[in-house]
Amino acid sequence: MRSTLAAAIAYVTIAAATVASAEPPAGAAACSGCHPSSARVQSPVVRLVGRDRAEIVKAMQDFRSGARAGTVMDRIAKGFTDAEIQAIAAWYAAQR
Amino acid sequence: MKATRRHFLELSVAAAATVALGPRRARAQASGPRVVVVGGGFAGASCARALRQADPRIAVMLVEPNATFTACPFSNAVIGGLRELSAQRFTYERVAADGITIARTTATAVDAQGKSVTLADGARLPYDRLVLAPGIDIKWGALPGYDEAAAGQMPHAWRAGEQTLLLRRQLEGMDDGGLVVISAPANPFRCPPGPYERASLIAHFLKTKKPKSKLIVLDAKDAFSKQRLFQAAWAELYPGLLEWVPLSKGGNVTSVHAATSTLVTDFGKHQAKVANVIPPQKAGRIAEAAGVADRSGWCPIDPVTFESKLQAGIHVIGDAAIAGAMPKSAFAANSQAKVCAAAVATLVAGGTPSVPKLINTCYSLVAPDYGISVAGVYQPTGGQLADVPGSGGVSPSDAPREARKAEAVLAEAWFRTITTEAFG
Ligand SMILES: Cc1cc2nc3c(=O)[nH]c(=O)nc-3n(C[C@H](O)[C@H](O)[C@H](O)COP(=O)(O)OP(=O)(O)OC[C@H]3O[C@@H](n4cnc5c(N)ncnc54)[C@H](O)[C@@H]3O)c2cc1C
Ligand code: HEC
Repeated sequence: MRSTLAAAIAYVTIAAATVASAEPPAGAAACSGCHPSSARVQSPVVRLVGRDRAEIVKAMQDFRSGARAGTVMDRIAKGFTDAEIQAIAAWYAAQR
Repeated sequence: MKATRRHFLELSVAAAATVALGPRRARAQASGPRVVVVGGGFAGASCARALRQADPRIAVMLVEPNATFTACPFSNAVIGGLRELSAQRFTYERVAADGITIARTTATAVDAQGKSVTLADGARLPYDRLVLAPGIDIKWGALPGYDEAAAGQMPHAWRAGEQTLLLRRQLEGMDDGGLVVISAPANPFRCPPGPYERASLIAHFLKTKKPKSKLIVLDAKDAFSKQRLFQAAWAELYPGLLEWVPLSKGGNVTSVHAATSTLVTDFGKHQAKVANVIPPQKAGRIAEAAGVADRSGWCPIDPVTFESKLQAGIHVIGDAAIAGAMPKSAFAANSQAKVCAAAVATLVAGGTPSVPKLINTCYSLVAPDYGISVAGVYQPTGGQLADVPGSGGVSPSDAPREARKAEAVLAEAWFRTITTEAFG
């Protein structure tokens, strides 16, 4: 039992590490032009690194539909499909 | 000078050692693929860092002659007296700390078949893949009368640094009531909204400091980026002060005379107290030397990998590249750099790069507290980078003043973010 659990934990850890270092999905690398990847930057634009995946998805969908207003995100969100948004959100959620 | 010389020597020794190793080189360097990046601007510095992040086994060498990079975005605010040039300057210490070898010198030639870059001292750097990110060069001679000596009288200030300060000093030294003339080039050129942001911030300076003066923009085009937003703001903020003369109304400058500060158009002459000539441009000259520039002076690329369509193994990013619908901006340069780095990392590992999506956003200040933007999302379509249908566009024309204020704040935040990603 013990060793199974340890192995499971090790597996999960490795899987998370793999996801975190994986190549960013299409479009994800461009977000950090405004959403700082470095914690040292002072910006009103929030960091996406480590954010809840569902929150990112909802915000993007709302910007795209017009349910949420923005200065620029509405124009950007309209360039992404649901599948792309899901992939970008998952990738950022897994980043540390 | 001392530091420069030391770096130079270190590099020469390293390069000589690599060359001298000859056949043993392959084993000596078996630790990882070698990628050389030429140019440490927004494109090159971002790409070098993204390469190290994508795969730390890649040995990245960045070739850049300047110890300090001087950024163009927000340099119009320096010209308008709203900001100091020191806020535009960035060093490469943190780039080097990422494990990137920096060769502080100029690349002078490329052997695309032999896969090596020649440096100013004659040393050769072998590479597995090369990324060229040299930005722009001025096309001296394309505008009769405008050569390097003329730029000392009529600054272009289209590469930031001494030219930026010269234009600012000329404006500060001008008597109230003087005529300032900006000449804007035909497409394509670095930063499509740049001449109009500059006109705005010079108008702001004149309005507050020398209100009897006048500013004329002579344009080689009939339309420009964010035109309706700029013109609406000019009518509101600078009525009677700023006049834009399009191509069809005689805006095309056909020659200049630096000694008399005169700009000649098809329709007449303008004698300026201060003249800012934004001349025709081309890719940085190493692009031509490497055989990656076409007859337009710019570099055709594959939109998935940014590999040159003219030379295998050489990628071109930033202002030098022909990036379809993407403008020549620092934002685009950074966005392209990250896509190119991912593609190069995949290619040197023997994989197939995936199809990218890119973003651009250019903020412009019409006044210190009045910002507007143009945004776009791009994907490869028919061999070119094209707009994703339905995405992007400019700030709404009916936005309240609060939104303009917010965009001015966001513009500055963008500058901090992008310069930290590239240099910080
Ligand atoms: C007035 C003005 C305002 C602007 N405002 C904005 C803005 O608000 N937002 C925005 O996104 N963009 C803006 N831009 C555009 C932006 O500055 C450029 O698009 C951006 O700098 C392009 O990046 P790059 O890396 O291609 O070139 P650069 O940043 O110019 O970098 C090129 C580098 O390559 C080096 N180099 C060249 N040749 C060689 C060689 N042979 N060997 C070694 N090194 C070499 C140079 O020294 C330089 O450091 C503005 C431009 C101007 C002029
Ligand atoms: C040009 C700058 C810029 C780019 C590029 C950009 N964003 Fe944004 N983002 C903003 C701004 C500014 C806001 C605040 C809303 C607004 O004003 O549009 C925001 C808000 C958001 C929010 C909501 C955050 C919150 O909880 O308040 C999310 C999520 C988001 N962006 C995701 C993304 C993703 C994903 C990308 C890349 C595909 C991206 N953004 C690219 C500027 C940008």
